Amino acid sequence: MTSEFEPVIGLEIHVQLSTRTKMFCGCALSFGEPPNTLTCPVCLGLPGTLPRANAQAIHYGLMIGLALGSDLAPRSIFHRKNYFYPDLPKGYQISQYDEPLCRGGSLGDVRIHRVHLEEDAAKLIHAGSSGRIHGSDASVVDFNRGGTPLMEIVTEPDIPSPEAARATANHLKDILRAIGVSEADMEKGQLRCDANVSIRNPDGSFGTKTELKNMNSFRFVERGINAEIARQEALLRAGGQVVQETLHFDPQTERITSLRSKEEAHDYRYFPEPDLVPVATSAQMLAAARAAMPELPAAREQRLQSLGVSAASARQLAWRTELGDYFEAALAGDGAEPQPLANWVCNELVARVGEDDPNASKVTPDALAKLVALVGRKAVTVGNAKLVLDRLVAEGGDPAAIVAAEGLGAMAGGDEALEPIV
Amino acid sequence: MTVGRNAASITLLTASGAVDAIQRGELGAAELFEAYRAAAAGDQLNAYLWVADDAPAPVPEGAPLAGVPLAVKDLFCTEGVPSQAGSKILEGYRPPYTASVVAELAAAGAPLLGKTNQDEFAMGSSNENSAFGPVLNPWDRTRVPGGSSGGSAAAVAAGSAPWAIGTDTGGSIRQPAALCGIVGLKPTYGTASRYGMIAFASSLDQAGPLTRDVTDAALLLRHMVARDERDATSIGFPGTIELPRAESLKGIRLGVPEELSGESDVGIEAGVLDAFNATLTLAESLGATIETCHLPHAPHALSAYYVLAPAEASSNLARYDGVRYGARVEDGGLVGMYTKTRSQGFGREVKRRIMLGTYSLSSGYYDAYYGRAQRVRTKIADDFRTAFESFDFVVTPTAPSVAFELGAKTADPLAMYLNDYCTVPMSLAGIPAISIPNGLSEGLPTGFQLCGPAFSENRVLEAAYALEQAIGFDAAGGRTDV
Repeated sequence: MTSEFEPVIGLEIHVQLSTRTKMFCGCALSFGEPPNTLTCPVCLGLPGTLPRANAQAIHYGLMIGLALGSDLAPRSIFHRKNYFYPDLPKGYQISQYDEPLCRGGSLGDVRIHRVHLEEDAAKLIHAGSSGRIHGSDASVVDFNRGGTPLMEIVTEPDIPSPEAARATANHLKDILRAIGVSEADMEKGQLRCDANVSIRNPDGSFGTKTELKNMNSFRFVERGINAEIARQEALLRAGGQVVQETLHFDPQTERITSLRSKEEAHDYRYFPEPDLVPVATSAQMLAAARAAMPELPAAREQRLQSLGVSAASARQLAWRTELGDYFEAALAGDGAEPQPLANWVCNELVARVGEDDPNASKVTPDALAKLVALVGRKAVTVGNAKLVLDRLVAEGGDPAAIVAAEGLGAMAGGDEALEPIV
Repeated sequence: MTVGRNAASITLLTASGAVDAIQRGELGAAELFEAYRAAAAGDQLNAYLWVADDAPAPVPEGAPLAGVPLAVKDLFCTEGVPSQAGSKILEGYRPPYTASVVAELAAAGAPLLGKTNQDEFAMGSSNENSAFGPVLNPWDRTRVPGGSSGGSAAAVAAGSAPWAIGTDTGGSIRQPAALCGIVGLKPTYGTASRYGMIAFASSLDQAGPLTRDVTDAALLLRHMVARDERDATSIGFPGTIELPRAESLKGIRLGVPEELSGESDVGIEAGVLDAFNATLTLAESLGATIETCHLPHAPHALSAYYVLAPAEASSNLARYDGVRYGARVEDGGLVGMYTKTRSQGFGREVKRRIMLGTYSLSSGYYDAYYGRAQRVRTKIADDFRTAFESFDFVVTPTAPSVAFELGAKTADPLAMYLNDYCTVPMSLAGIPAISIPNGLSEGLPTGFQLCGPAFSENRVLEAAYALEQAIGFDAAGGRTDV
């Protein structure tokens, strides 16, 4: 990218909440069940049915607002967003419009515009070679997904680059997982990302923005935005103008294609949902949301650093919740110093357990703490300690016992000068 | 069949009378059901779209409604039984569930007798908008029964059902009750569940009883009001609905709004006004005081209603798209299917209101129409609240005219809409209102409307009862079984 063009990026992220039931009915959420097996008259939009708001979804929404430092509205209402499509059984989506659950807040350096609740559409499957609507003979609808609670998080156009966009989306995913409101797995469609992309005008005002829809991996978010910025730059360099439109990025071909132009933009005819009463966020609801909040990663990172953990280790432990939990459990045991322990957790342990939850492995936090303490007292060399750790991972047990049984103890007063301390 | 008694005489009993007779062992529920089933099956007024083929399951011992059968407006979902809201787009549709109110009434001992004809999606004031043909008024078969609950009203008036339920959005229970010489009540919004009622206008629709007398209305209403988990806008009724006993209106202050009573240029027929004034005189003789009251925004109620109700309807009817249920007209593509299905499946009035509603919600027009209408609605509700500080009830003629001839108003939608002039304000305010027959004008029934503050159903019923006893209306002219 040349520096003459300043990209301006905002993200609209839809997150599926991991509630027990759907947003407006009692159907369970779907995890790959056979089609149309998790439906009821309400989420099928049968005549005469009415929605009921899911209290847990609202609770999770408040938690997300707290995590982002947003203002939580004392009163918010649902609106109907009206349009026709086969994945929308009622012919409208129940969403929120000008009175959302949360306003403002931030995600790192990126300001949040608003956060609101809505229901997911059903899943359309197009029978054809590409799986996309163009060139398919028929489409079928699976209503299992329809009605799943969604949180829509809209940022301000504060994001300066595709890399930053990817990092922002990742940051959100980590927070959502940390507070436990969503698995936020993009591959499972639990987190969906749209981007608004424009190039700033020479006078500093906003250029025309385009909307890039449904990029379904963090990598594609970055590449898609990159491709769109390149396209806009080329257009502007050639003396053309950016047209407001909705676009699709094909990760295979890296091509950007138009989905619809401004002229075809929907008028959603928003009006307040008359079948639901306003959400009055009470003091009890706020207290419950606060009480349910775990320590957020950023706060944990700072706290670990204040304990003497290095910045790099603190970041790693804070942003991988289970690892941080493991570390703190080990620290609570006796003997190990924070930074050496953090070092062993972040490097040696992670090397052996990979992406798996270390708390589920055979080496208990207490055992690792004891091992690191042994190294600290020079009762065992680093090299031998790694062997002991291998044993612990394989079979569990007590480090001192393994050291004794296998004769891995350091020579008294001997080799400390020989082994580099990691 | 009881030896020596013919079916005709048992259908003469009011619903409460039949409940008593069954509970005293003088009448069998099965016998009663069969008499009504035969009458409904023989109906010549096109009041029914479906009649039960067999006897229902036996009613549980001690059920408060004792098995007295119920006619149910087509738009109430009844599991396995056609529920079409009077529309071709739902022709033959059989829901997989039953509306809460119907289930409650069945559990209380009022089994389903039949589904009654109605204006399509409850849009109409004459039952001429039904996709299944108009309903005829039993008082004069060249005339309309009113709407949209025309079938329910005609069935009760004719005596082919002991009682019925309908829905009232802008007057659709009260106005047909008035035109058919029976009692119709629209309760406070939120007291009866809307779950299972095929929706027209969500913030206005309410289920209510259509009955031969006020006592029957009270008895039926008692088993219709309850908070329902499945309806977020349902709050139920604080306390119980009582059977009325009042004989006097001593100390009752009745307010007659000048905006709705013929002093203004509303076009209320002379015969209707005469009957209305006669009832006021009667009320005075029962001890009530009568004074003029003011509902300054009431003249705008009809306009506000015809912005709000179609707007909600345009959204509520979007689900009839041919994708999952009801009629579907294939056209090789999605938009073609939508267009053909809805063009062919909806009648003219429904299409008119969908278009009106879509327009008033559209970008650039929302504030001028929908937003403004909502503000007018609040003003109207405030007018009633103010009136009720000085008056116990507000009274008006129910409808501006007696039953008009079939086809008389179908060419002019506005003329048809004016039928709701006196009933719409109470719908917008969400307050309870009852219509009782109060006389005849040129041989056709007129109706008297009485409304009270929210949740004042018991007081409304008492006042209506006292007046009903004093009026002594003879409903024989509508009966086909006498």
